[in-house]
Amino acid sequence: MISAIAFYLFASITLLSAIMVITARNPVHSVLFLILAFFNASGLFVLLGAEFIAMILVIVYVGAVAVLFLFVVMMLDISFADLRKGAMQYVPVGLIAGGILLFELISIFIAWGFAKSANDNIASPTPEASEVTNTEALGLILYTDYIFAFQVSGLILLVAMIGAIVLTHRRRPGVRKQKVADQQARSRSDAMEVQKVTPRTGV
Amino acid sequence: MELLEIGLAHYLSLAAMLFTLGIFGIFLNRKNVIVILMCIELMLLAVNINFVAFSTHLGDMTGQVFSLFILTVAAAEAAIGLAILVVLFRTRGSIAVEDVSSMKG
Repeated sequence: MISAIAFYLFASITLLSAIMVITARNPVHSVLFLILAFFNASGLFVLLGAEFIAMILVIVYVGAVAVLFLFVVMMLDISFADLRKGAMQYVPVGLIAGGILLFELISIFIAWGFAKSANDNIASPTPEASEVTNTEALGLILYTDYIFAFQVSGLILLVAMIGAIVLTHRRRPGVRKQKVADQQARSRSDAMEVQKVTPRTGV
Repeated sequence: MELLEIGLAHYLSLAAMLFTLGIFGIFLNRKNVIVILMCIELMLLAVNINFVAFSTHLGDMTGQVFSLFILTVAAAEAAIGLAILVVLFRTRGSIAVEDVSSMKG
């Protein structure tokens, strides 16, 4: 009963904030509603018993991706009113495309069912929740069965990081920076000259 | 009672609606690349809900592992997409989608 109420609460707020994400006039509001949607989706994941994914969703999405969006929206000085001009003319096309998609998903729904052999083909059964926590159970298969995919996803993150840095880094003219190589290459001969100073004549 | 018994079907309908909203958002905000990226994030969230719902329903941890990988790739995609957006804005002074087509030769 409680879980049903919680499900409907989380699900309705997720859907409402998703609607606000796509209809908000100001992109900053869109990002904030996106954050709300992610928070409620992580609540849904907790209800499903996937606590680790729920926490990762909050940390990675709300903590990193949404903040990144927020930074970019605020950094770019764009007139968003111009971007929305003429947006209404795409509503019919969008409604048709979305409607067709929803219709297809619903028709799959009606015709679909689990195969009889589905329960025999479970790759890694969920251990009893009272013995192994969700995080530990994930770790047990992530670092053994899926170690290759895990390493590859690390590589993807590395490539994404280097790519983002390379794309956005620019050399600004007129910035004075420490040039370590020049400092190292400096020799005594071009840094100082020794003068013979005779007494009472000055330099 | 059917409505109070939360099962797989509830989560799948929620994910389907969320995915459709993402698609609709792409059409609605056709000019604004930032909101298009946010719509893609919404669609990925819908896919994640599907994965986790099936994972719980079948008692198979694999779905959650996959959902983890989707999160990773989505984070990478958002970072690269926003970096491209920043560079685009620097060079063109606008992020309108129709201006991008001038990159065609």
